[in-house]
This record gives sequence, structure tokens and C-alpha cells, in this order.
Amino acid sequence: MTSDRTFFLARKDMLGIVLLAILLAVILPLALDGFRLQMVGKYLTYAFVALGLVLCWGHAGILSLGQGIFFGLGGYCMAMYLKLEASSIENTKIQSTPGIPDFMDWNQLTELPFFWRPFHSLGFTLLAIIAVPSLFAAIIGFAMFKRRVSGVYFSIITQAIASILTILIIGQQGYTGGINGITDLRTLQGWDIRTDAAKTILYFVCVGLLLASILLAYFVKSSKLGRILVAMRDKEDRVRFSGYDVANFKVFVFCLAAAVSAVGGAMFTLQVGFMSPSFVGTVPSIEMVIYCAVGGRLSLLGAVYGTLLVNAAKTSLSETFPELWLFGLGGLFIAVVLVFPNGLAGLYETYVSPRLGRFFGGRGKAAPAGTRAPAIAE
Amino acid sequence: MDYSLGDLGSIFVMQAFSGLILFSIFVLMALGLAIIFGQMGVINMAHGEFMILGAYMTYLTSLVFQAYLPSLYPIYFFVAMAVAFLASGALGLFVEWSLIRFLYKRPLDTLLATWGLSLILQQSYRSIFGAREVGVDLPQWMMGSLPVTGSIEVQINGLFVMGLTIVITLAVYLLLYRSAWGKQVRAVMQNRVMAGAVGINTEKTDRYTFGLGCGIAGIAGSAFTMIGSTGPTSGQLYIVDTFLVVVFGGAQSLFGVIASAFTISQTQSTLEFFLSGSMAKVLTLLGVVIILMIRPQGLFTIKVRR
Repeated sequence: MTSDRTFFLARKDMLGIVLLAILLAVILPLALDGFRLQMVGKYLTYAFVALGLVLCWGHAGILSLGQGIFFGLGGYCMAMYLKLEASSIENTKIQSTPGIPDFMDWNQLTELPFFWRPFHSLGFTLLAIIAVPSLFAAIIGFAMFKRRVSGVYFSIITQAIASILTILIIGQQGYTGGINGITDLRTLQGWDIRTDAAKTILYFVCVGLLLASILLAYFVKSSKLGRILVAMRDKEDRVRFSGYDVANFKVFVFCLAAAVSAVGGAMFTLQVGFMSPSFVGTVPSIEMVIYCAVGGRLSLLGAVYGTLLVNAAKTSLSETFPELWLFGLGGLFIAVVLVFPNGLAGLYETYVSPRLGRFFGGRGKAAPAGTRAPAIAE
Repeated sequence: MDYSLGDLGSIFVMQAFSGLILFSIFVLMALGLAIIFGQMGVINMAHGEFMILGAYMTYLTSLVFQAYLPSLYPIYFFVAMAVAFLASGALGLFVEWSLIRFLYKRPLDTLLATWGLSLILQQSYRSIFGAREVGVDLPQWMMGSLPVTGSIEVQINGLFVMGLTIVITLAVYLLLYRSAWGKQVRAVMQNRVMAGAVGINTEKTDRYTFGLGCGIAGIAGSAFTMIGSTGPTSGQLYIVDTFLVVVFGGAQSLFGVIASAFTISQTQSTLEFFLSGSMAKVLTLLGVVIILMIRPQGLFTIKVRR
């Protein structure tokens, strides 16, 4: 194994990451016009969530149907900072209370709520984007995994929490912007994020963060921790009897997935210029699971390709045949479960990889049968 | 708030009554889900859509009666209920045969597959019945309300839905716990291999259990038309709540489902009077989630040897 690895990456994985980096950072920006590139940038923010799900669902067997919570929390943290910057006293002098966000003024609030105040500071905001969702995930995780709630029950409860959070955000209009969300975001530290040039720069920032997250995920996956996660997924009791505290590992991977999703949410807010509860609830959360499933629930790179593919299909289908899109998405859910449970990555391993290996004269044998993705566990 | 004590009492009673209607809908939906999830361990995310199918069938039946049999309109609802049960049940049998039976060992995958199914069904409803919500005309005898005291009135359609809930619940209880078929269902749930060894056709039992659960969802949809209008996505609004009801009650216990539906609906409708609707819902669901974190097995559980 040692000769085949550089740092913590197998040579094959390294190649995959480099190819993805070339695709995202060179080919797509050259091939697409500004508008399409911004769309790819938006899709890539969902890829963060899919990446988190590969770790948490594919490798640790925890299916969270509430990843939208963390995407949303990250996005809202960013949006709160940007909104406060956009609501400076001179920008909002026509309001009855200048200096607070417009929707608060419409809802007869006369003072900035206490939990908004720290978001004047960029440093605090950047910290909060990671810390708030991780902390929330840790609370949920400790409460549930310590009591050995798992599998289906965990999925249902995370879904319920996503639903609660959406209702809360929509109901508390004065504090959260309600169903419209936080809109009309303009500048980041005085830098206008609405121009095309800014959006291109943000795209590259997004790609950079995504690649960093992928590296982090590979690091976790290849570490001893990653092996324990897989062991736990397949035979939880044996891991427990071997003396490991299963719950702590689960909490860790759940928090990691939450933090990665939150980065995606923050990048979403920056690139698209708003955040709304429609990215928090149960429907988007489940949709994010399908991105991961289409890519292959065990494949970190597959998650990115899966996200791009599903979203590209969604955009093109709903532009031309809006009524067909839900049939397509529904069919995709069923097909990915029944026909190809290992997703795109599974198809690649079965059909493309062996042929490539033959083509390059045996070098493709770098993936012996033992390291291959096992069949999906029960 | 300047209400007199008597007014406050009346409001409380009316609020409790509207909570009872919510309770009836929850029970009807949760019964089907409790059979499918509790007995079979299958997560049916399309359960809401099976319910809406029942609602649309009721709507169609009412149209047919209006056009061809106006004199029988007062009793159309009973026919509609049968149609709804059969339609949803038949779709349930088909879905089990074509989809669910391959996934019994992968509960999380059933969740995704049935979610896909729910999207397809929603879009089908939208294509067939249109995106706008439809409502049925209630027959004359079901409209209006009964005065109980001077300031308290109860709606007849609400009473009817409650009566219906009691009848259906009793029927399900008898079917599951007092009939030979129910014994087979419970045997398969507790130990599939042994049930097969003593000669129970487990595949057939599974199929009809799933069909029955979906059929009951159809009846729930039928009842749903009595108190609200039906749109393609109405089912999705209830699915999370219904799952919480079932999990909160302890998935395998029929009595638990009823108790938890009662607790949740009464809490929600009582809180609705003091707070805004959305906060009432948030607090209720939050309470349920917190209780589930403390007591993950739900309120009532049957000990099953795994």
C-alpha cells in the first residue's frame, strides 16, 4: 500500500481530484458563458452537502434527511452579515428606524434583535458559519446517538427538525425575513458581489473551497477513523464490543457533514445573493440526498458529478418541459435505488475502469478487488 | 384579553373540538402508516399521496353522483369511501409488487424510492386534475352545526369524521388482532422465517398488508375532503407530522398511535389559541422531538425479541 500512496491519497484518487480540479477551474470557465458559469457555481454549493452526505450516509450509514438545516444555517449566517452591511444608516434612512434590515422595519421592529448584533463583525460571521451548524449538529447527535437512535428513526427525526426550522423561519417574519428570506444583499466589506467580475471570483473561491473539502473528506476517509466508520456501518455491535464509543464517532461525522454543508450554504448566499427557507425544509433536504445517491453514495468525487448532473438535468428539463421534471426526478429516485445503488461511481467501476485498465496496459489494476466499494449493506 | 369565564370555557371547548377533528385525520392517516411502518418496517413517504388519491376519488365520485344520480347525492359519501379504499388499495398492491418487495432489507432505500414515487404521483395529479385545489359539495345533511349550549356549536361534518374514525379504528383492530389474517400479519412481522416455515405465504401477506395500509390512507383522504380542499401537494404537508405521530406512539402499537395522535393534536390546537398557528406547531413538534430524544422507543412499545 505504501508505495501506491502519496501523503494520504491513493494515486488513483489523486488523479481523480486533479481531473475534477481541471474540469471545474479550467474547462468549465472557458467553455461556459458568465450566466451558465454562475449556475454551475450555484450547483457546486449543493455539492458540499452531497459531499457531507457521502461521509455521513455512505461511509457511516447515518442517513440525515435534514442536511438542508445546516446548508440553511450556514447560508443564513452569511446572509445576516451581508444584510447588516446593506442596511447601513444612509442606505435605510427612509425607514422609520434607520440602520436595521428593511423587513424588520416592515414588521414594526424598532431595534436590532440581540442575536443579530454579533453579525456586524465579519470574523464572528465566518466563525459562526462553521460553529453554529456544527454545534446544532452536535446537540442533535449527542441526544440521539447516545441513546442509540439510528437508522430510520434518525432520518424521520432529522426530517421533523428541518420541518420545524422552516415553520419557525417563516413564522418569525420580523426576525428572519419570513418566507421571502433575506434578500437584496449587496456588498461584502464594500466589495460589490453583484457584478459579473465578482461572481466569477466567487466561483473560483467556491471551487477552491470544494476541493479543500474533498481533500479533507479523503483525509478522514483514509484515516483510522474512516475505517471505524465503515466498520460501524456494517457491524455496529462488533465495533462497540471492541471497546469503541460508537456514539462519539457518529456525532463527529455528523458534525463534519454539517460543517461542510454550511460552507456550501454560505457560498450559496454569496453567489446567488439571497437566502430563503425554501433551502431549509424537508423537500430540498431529500433532494440533496439524491445528488449524493446519483453520484454514488460511497464516492466523494461522484457526489460532485452527481450534483452537477442532476442539477443540469433539472435546469434543462424544467426550462423546456416543466411538467416532465418531477417525473424525471421521481424516476431517478426509484432507479438509483433499484437499478444502480452505487450510482455513477458504481457504473464507472463496473464498466469504464476495467477497460481503461486494459487500455493502459495493466496500470489500472491499481484497484484490486479487495479495496472496491462493497455492495450496499443492509 | 377581556373574555368572561363562560366565554373562555366555550372557546376552550370549541378549540378542543377542532383539535378532535385534527385528531381524527391524524388517526386515519397514522393508522395506515402504522400498519405499513410498524408492522412491515417499510417507510412509505408516498403515504400522503395515497391519501390524496382517495380524496380525488371522492371528488370524482361526487361529480358522477351530481351528474347522473342527483337523488342519491346525500349518500354518495359512502360509495366514495369504498371507491377511495379500492383505488388506493389497488395502487398499493401494485406498488408493493413492482417496487417495495425488492427493498424489504434496505429500509433507508425504501424511503428514497417511495419519495420518488410521491413526486411522480404529485405530478400525475397535477397533470390530470390541475394545480388548483378542488373541493366537494357536502350533502345538505352534513352542513351546518349542532348547538350544544348557547355559545357552543359543533359542526356536523366534524362529528361525522370523528364517528368514521372510531369505526375504522375498530375495524382495523378487529382485523389485526381478532382475525386469522391479522394473526398471520403479526406472525410475519415478528419472525418472517418461522412464519414461512409454518406455512404462511409471507410474500402474499406482505402485499396485502401494504395494500390495506394504503387503502386506509385512501379512506383518510376521503374524510379529508369533508373538512378541506384537495390539491396535488396536500399530502406532502401531512407526511412529516404523520410519521412523528407513528414514531411518537411507538411504531408497533395501535393504542400508542391513537394516544399520540390525541396528545399531538390537542396540544397543537390548544396552543393555537394562545399563540400564532406557526408557533403552536413549532412548539408541539419540538416537544415531540425532545420527548423522542429522551424516550426513543416512543410512548407505548410491545416487547419484540429481535
